[in-house]
Amino acid sequence: MTEATVRGGRAGHPGPAMHFIRNTIGTQNLSLLIALILLIAIFGAIRPDAFFLGRTVTNIVLGVSILGVLAIAQTMVIVSGGLDISVGSATGLCTLVAALAIEASGSAAVGVLAALAAGAAAGCINGLIITFGRVNPVITTLGTMAAFRGLALIISDGRSIGILNQDFRWIGSGFVWFLPVPVFLMLLVAVLFFCFMRFTIPGRNVYAMGGNPVVARLAGIGLTKYRIAIYTVSGIAAGLAGVILAARTGSGQPVSGSEGLELEAITAAILGGCALAGGKGTIVGAVLAVLILGVLKTGMLLVGLQSFWQDVAKGALLVGAVMIQELRFRRSGD
Amino acid sequence: MTAGSRYGVADVSRAFGPVQALRGVTLEFLPGEVLALVGENGAGKSTLMRILEGEYQPDSGTVTADGRPVTLNGTADAHALGIRVIHQEPETVAELTVAENVFIGDFRRRGGLFVDWADLERRTMDLLRQFGVENELNPRRLCRHLGPAQRQLIEIMRALKSGVRLLALDEPTSSLTEDEAQRLFAVIRRMRAEGVAVIYISHRLHEIMPLADRVAVLRDGALIDVRPIADVNERDIAQLMVGRPVESFYQTGQRAKGEVMLAVRGLTTEKVRDCSLEVRAGEVVGLGGLMGAGRTELAKGIFGFDRALAGEVRVAGRPVRLRSPADAILAGIGFAPEDRKHEALLMMRGVRENISLCVPDRISIAGFVRRSAETAIAARMVERMQVKTPSLSQLVSKLSGGNQQKVVLGRWLARQPKVLILDEPTRGIDVGAKAEIYRLIEELAEGGMAILMISSEMPELLGVTDRILVMRDRTIVGELETAGATEDDILRLAMGENLDGRRAAS
Repeated sequence: MTEATVRGGRAGHPGPAMHFIRNTIGTQNLSLLIALILLIAIFGAIRPDAFFLGRTVTNIVLGVSILGVLAIAQTMVIVSGGLDISVGSATGLCTLVAALAIEASGSAAVGVLAALAAGAAAGCINGLIITFGRVNPVITTLGTMAAFRGLALIISDGRSIGILNQDFRWIGSGFVWFLPVPVFLMLLVAVLFFCFMRFTIPGRNVYAMGGNPVVARLAGIGLTKYRIAIYTVSGIAAGLAGVILAARTGSGQPVSGSEGLELEAITAAILGGCALAGGKGTIVGAVLAVLILGVLKTGMLLVGLQSFWQDVAKGALLVGAVMIQELRFRRSGD
Repeated sequence: MTAGSRYGVADVSRAFGPVQALRGVTLEFLPGEVLALVGENGAGKSTLMRILEGEYQPDSGTVTADGRPVTLNGTADAHALGIRVIHQEPETVAELTVAENVFIGDFRRRGGLFVDWADLERRTMDLLRQFGVENELNPRRLCRHLGPAQRQLIEIMRALKSGVRLLALDEPTSSLTEDEAQRLFAVIRRMRAEGVAVIYISHRLHEIMPLADRVAVLRDGALIDVRPIADVNERDIAQLMVGRPVESFYQTGQRAKGEVMLAVRGLTTEKVRDCSLEVRAGEVVGLGGLMGAGRTELAKGIFGFDRALAGEVRVAGRPVRLRSPADAILAGIGFAPEDRKHEALLMMRGVRENISLCVPDRISIAGFVRRSAETAIAARMVERMQVKTPSLSQLVSKLSGGNQQKVVLGRWLARQPKVLILDEPTRGIDVGAKAEIYRLIEELAEGGMAILMISSEMPELLGVTDRILVMRDRTIVGELETAGATEDDILRLAMGENLDGRRAAS
């Protein structure tokens, strides 16, 4: 019985290529990759002249960098069994904090730090309400979504505040090596989160608490600490998104630019394979989903579809992604 | 209820991928008969039930009614034919009353619009009286307040009111106390008298002996034997199930008891009051009592899951501040909960991660997981516990109940706590795995661990422990030396001296 009992490694031995896909991308992310390639092929076939330009590719990735940062953080939140609907308006709030801090200090660094701190504070508030107030995360962040937006409108008096600081604007328009800074930042965030979620004990504990909070607690994982930290990090991500947005638009704006980002971030996370119940989802999936959204957005524009259709497509994608997940789940049994 | 229909399965086979779950099973279910269906986990009992229920279609063979083959595409078809399966976890709606749950989907109306509550209650009472359970269930009570025994009765009543003719019960007593089980048997006997064909699945052989008329044994998907119950004894059945002779179950040796490892004084939480106990190194202490007496709740209090309002817990003489299970684990306590699926295991994760869950320090450097260290620990535990799994990455949800429990125990073995609390460690586990778990408990105690074991199974309490504490009404009411104690002694303590048939609050 003993030899049959212990056997390291996975059942069956696939080839090295399949092994790589399984381990690094994940089997279910493979379908996302295929969807992405298909989309590129379709739009490329319709508009080969415009779609395959280097500029278009850069624009697509640049266009989703803010969304990418938020979707990656959202993935962690959803994996932990939560949801953060307030990220869009927190991002808006942080653009203003950055603008005001720069206006007051004249320093880009102060602007960046202030925005990140404001994001952290906003996220921490969410975490505290959810843990100590015992309010459901959806309700909590739905409430703070409105509150943050209101706050942004109050401190800005409803106007946008211009940012002239060139150092700060570099974040929006400069390059690190050949990568636009926002793209670089998104990739950095992606790599950090990937390593965290994949290779660390706390990252694993995030999966555990989302998979089953009672099991996690009985295994000695301090859920309160984790929840507060997770929402705080989600807030910091919103702060970073705010910095990029403010740098790209050259202004702090209470609403425009950040409105609807939460829906897109959640869509990307779910499309990327997150289960709303928690415990499931990957950073790679989130990045692929963000790219799909970006290609879809630019592609639809290039083939001349009215931009309103994009909202319809986004909504359909969110619902469709959940449906596909359900079907897959049912087929795999249990 | 029109009695008399004969149901059966003829040469039914079903495979899942490479696993042949059923191999040409032919069985008849006779009206007015209780057929006990036994077999180790994975023997094919559940698959057979799913086929009867119309959830799975057989690859070959058929379900028959009165000798004619019938096709069941879903539970609705099965219900229409009068076939019902009651699973281990009763399906009831928490926020509805007993009466509503029983007659759900079948409310009569008054004035075309309003539910006729009086009628609903009357019909429920009639049904309850017919089966002698009018004292068990109050039609107006919300299901939220009911224990598993009562929710199970609701499911049975629901089946009965819709004219069930073949009723299968899957491990119905796994979460019931002896007393509750006896009441359930009375209901089953009454159903038999009414001409219902009953299939009774259980691991508890001592239960089926007085209850069943025939016993059918499945092993590896094949029907090994069907015999009248009068022709066999428990040992015969166990042998048929396992396919080899079974040695004696319990082997309590004399162990050297060390110093007091766990001392609880006056522990009070919202769910238990003023509990005091001691467990020594090398000692196995049983915790008995009726369902709802507060045994699990006491364990959760000691483990810091429920907040302590008063009292003190000491591990190896040191007081422990219990604010969370994390504190308890650090202090050297381990806890394997009763509900493996919902409280012990990460079902979406593999064997490896489930085993290493409580030893993060030993498998990581600066927070980063060292896969090799983790694999080494998991492999050692799988080997030691004889977990049957194709690989360390296997999802625990795909393992059988016995192997799941071994994974949970392996997790704590890896941690090596000073005190291990086991809540119903053999619930829903087949005979073979049970014996292995008893052997392991014995081994751990010999190694100097202090073990507190909650159990509802009397033979288990009497067979494995050194001492038995009995709880009633949220506190510890008595203590027995296991040597010389009888089931009766435990029951007497568990129910209180006034054995007037009234039950302790649950």
